[in-house]
Amino acid sequence: MEKTIAGKNITVNEEGYLTDFSQWDEQVGEALAAEANIPLSARHWEIVKYLQNEHKNQVALSIRRIGKSGVTDIKEFYQLFPNAPLKTATKIAGIPKPASCI
Amino acid sequence: MSENNGAIKKMMIILSKGTLENVYAAFVLANGARMEGIDAEIFFTFFGLEAVHKKKLEHLHVATVGNPAMHMPTMLGGLPGMEALASSMMKKEMEKIDMPDVHEFLDIMTASGVKLWACKLAMDMFHYKKEDLYEGVDAVITVGDFYKQSQGEGVHMLFV
Repeated sequence: MEKTIAGKNITVNEEGYLTDFSQWDEQVGEALAAEANIPLSARHWEIVKYLQNEHKNQVALSIRRIGKSGVTDIKEFYQLFPNAPLKTATKIAGIPKPASCI
Repeated sequence: MSENNGAIKKMMIILSKGTLENVYAAFVLANGARMEGIDAEIFFTFFGLEAVHKKKLEHLHVATVGNPAMHMPTMLGGLPGMEALASSMMKKEMEKIDMPDVHEFLDIMTASGVKLWACKLAMDMFHYKKEDLYEGVDAVITVGDFYKQSQGEGVHMLFV
């Protein structure tokens, strides 16, 4: 479905995830974060960029992998993105929701 | 189903078994709840305590006897070394799908905010002390304490 955010038209799926990463930019990321009530700090951005890079390299994302990322640890990840951190952070990053159970 | 459209707010998981498949089931459910923004707590009782016992948690096995899903004749399953073999095979498969071992899984859960409780009655029965347990265990509590922890709307309880 179509959605207007940060003055841009973007296409998202029924859960609000971008379906075309080329429509993502930092303003879109900021606006998606605002929808999740998360003001983005420099730490948030480091993680968002890390997730985008992992996705580009076709790495399957999981909480375990976040813990081993060297970018953040699991505790901080939950503090920065409270409530479903992996789902929220990937949505802000404009990449698909990870299909991971761990 | 009327409160908050039946949204699940907290999972209270009781782990009473020490076999690898049951321990993993409880851990995946607790960690998976946190990943969805749902609170989760595990109450370790009876053989479930082995999953948080420092000296035992690295040595949990799958059950090869009395487990029809192993597709192995019961008498074969009872042979010496069979449990260890099946367990090491399963652990290898788990590593392939990025499944952490028991200790790492406990670390992941505590970092994710899963509360871990040890059952006082079972601790007394097995003569375990708090020092014998994984350091992330929050406390040794009674069943009454556990029920108190379980109060509130949207709380679900699960027995493994």
